[in-house]
Amino acid sequence: MLIELVIGAIKAIVIVLLVLGLSGVLLWFERKGAALIQDRIGANRAAVFGWGRRLGLPNLGLVNTLLADPLKLFTKEDFVPDGADHFLHGLAPFLALFPILIAFAVVPVGDTLRVAQRNVNLQAAHVDVAALYLLAVIGIGVYGLALGGWASNNRWSLLGGIRASAQMISYELALGLAFLAVVVTYGTLDLQEICRLQGGVWFGWLPRWGILVQPVSFLLLLTAGMAESKRVPFDVPEAESELVAGYFTEYSGGKQAVFMITDFAEVVLVAVLVTLFFFGGWQVPWLYADGFHFPGPHGVFLPLPNYVVAILQIVAFWLKTVFFCCFQILVRWTLPRFRYDQLMQFGWKGLLPVGVLNLILTAFVVVIAGAHY
Amino acid sequence: MSLGLFFFLAVLAALSALGVIAQRNPVHCLLALAVNLLDIGVMFVGLGAVTVGFLQIIIYVGAIMVLFLFVIWLLNLQAEGFSGYLGLKLFGAIGAAALAAEFATLFLHTSRISTPGASALTQGTITTLGRHLFSDYLVAFEITSLLLLAAVVGAIGLARRPPLSAGLSAAAGSDLATAESPRQMSRSMSVSAEQQTTTPRAGSA
Repeated sequence: MLIELVIGAIKAIVIVLLVLGLSGVLLWFERKGAALIQDRIGANRAAVFGWGRRLGLPNLGLVNTLLADPLKLFTKEDFVPDGADHFLHGLAPFLALFPILIAFAVVPVGDTLRVAQRNVNLQAAHVDVAALYLLAVIGIGVYGLALGGWASNNRWSLLGGIRASAQMISYELALGLAFLAVVVTYGTLDLQEICRLQGGVWFGWLPRWGILVQPVSFLLLLTAGMAESKRVPFDVPEAESELVAGYFTEYSGGKQAVFMITDFAEVVLVAVLVTLFFFGGWQVPWLYADGFHFPGPHGVFLPLPNYVVAILQIVAFWLKTVFFCCFQILVRWTLPRFRYDQLMQFGWKGLLPVGVLNLILTAFVVVIAGAHY
Repeated sequence: MSLGLFFFLAVLAALSALGVIAQRNPVHCLLALAVNLLDIGVMFVGLGAVTVGFLQIIIYVGAIMVLFLFVIWLLNLQAEGFSGYLGLKLFGAIGAAALAAEFATLFLHTSRISTPGASALTQGTITTLGRHLFSDYLVAFEITSLLLLAAVVGAIGLARRPPLSAGLSAAAGSDLATAESPRQMSRSMSVSAEQQTTTPRAGSA
């Protein structure tokens, strides 16, 4: 009983730390990547006693973004504007971050790992209806932004908060429809089960990944997910040319940093969802529980012990996730921002009908043709 | 669900329900209500009605309460002072007394705290729920979905612009300023409120 608790606690802490760490690295990638795309040098000033320069290494801005900026933010004055609702102003950033972090509890990062005659499921919490749980948790995430905007007692903030919540509940529908099509396809709401179903091959060599069956759903989920995380081109809630910084205009120091980390944690969440539903989650092509079965006329077999398989799966999962995180950041520097009415039209008149049609088509194929994944 | 967890959730539910009626600021009241609904959802999950619990959180906490928040903002409701008529207070007192009497009888007739049986714990899964909905309660389910569809169509009909100004406002519709005028926003919100309520139907289908 106690050992189960300890294992559960370790899994929960590790996944939260991984997500927060990845969010920080993404922040670095966004700043330095943006500089690369825009032909600038980017963050390159701060260094630790000039060690890197003495060794002749180029300054990649890692110290700037990962050390100096957080230090600066968390030591700055925590300013609360006059007339603000103190309690809600302080609560809002954490209300925004918390739901995103607990969403990762149901994310499987690998199959079972055998340690000392004990099978450890590489998933912090096993929930049968994990897809519903994810939708519920993403839905709660609206409150932090909406209340942050309201509690600041500032017009820009309030407009940003209203825009953020309107956008999030609009795109949640498209997100939910993408989820439903996926659930109908796999016939289960269990994320670990969805990953297991994507193991094996078609035609003897093609990995059975969901993208080949549900490409429309993939596009829907990626688009709606990016809108949920309020990234460019969907960043009207924090449009700096119109609203200063939107719902976090009146935030400074550590609280502003929490809002920023929330944005990047959402990027990670969208990448994780795309990986789980459409790119096999932790599946490595041709890797089974006992080792690699390479396709080909001779069928080469490479046996591997359980722990190597588990490590390969975890690495594959995070590689896929990082790939989609980077993809979202590249989109930010590629597309211009939507206008507010275009955003609403795109969500309600574009994504929603496509999602409904895709769901009906999927249900039709599954029921009439009796197709099983 | 363990008894300790149940008591924790029960006390939290009672406190947040008190917070809904005892606070002066409408936004604080709404937050207390959201906490209450979330708490009830968690209680559903703990008692085995997993699907209902999560749907409660998705629909009530994630959608309906957010729309309430919009309404509070758009109507610009402020914190209210003490008010009320003597008659209303009298009615309130009578209602409270009746409720207290009902609770007292309920408590007196409940012998002990019972734990849910094994059958109750398996009844709440999405498989059982779907099977019941699409076999035993199919007619009621279809009539409900028809009702929701009618509500959606009605909401769109109400929110539609009058035809006379359609050409004019379509020309100005792309302007950001008009798109964010409170009147228009409240209209589009009421539409999305109705459409949001149809998601559980799609969910179980």
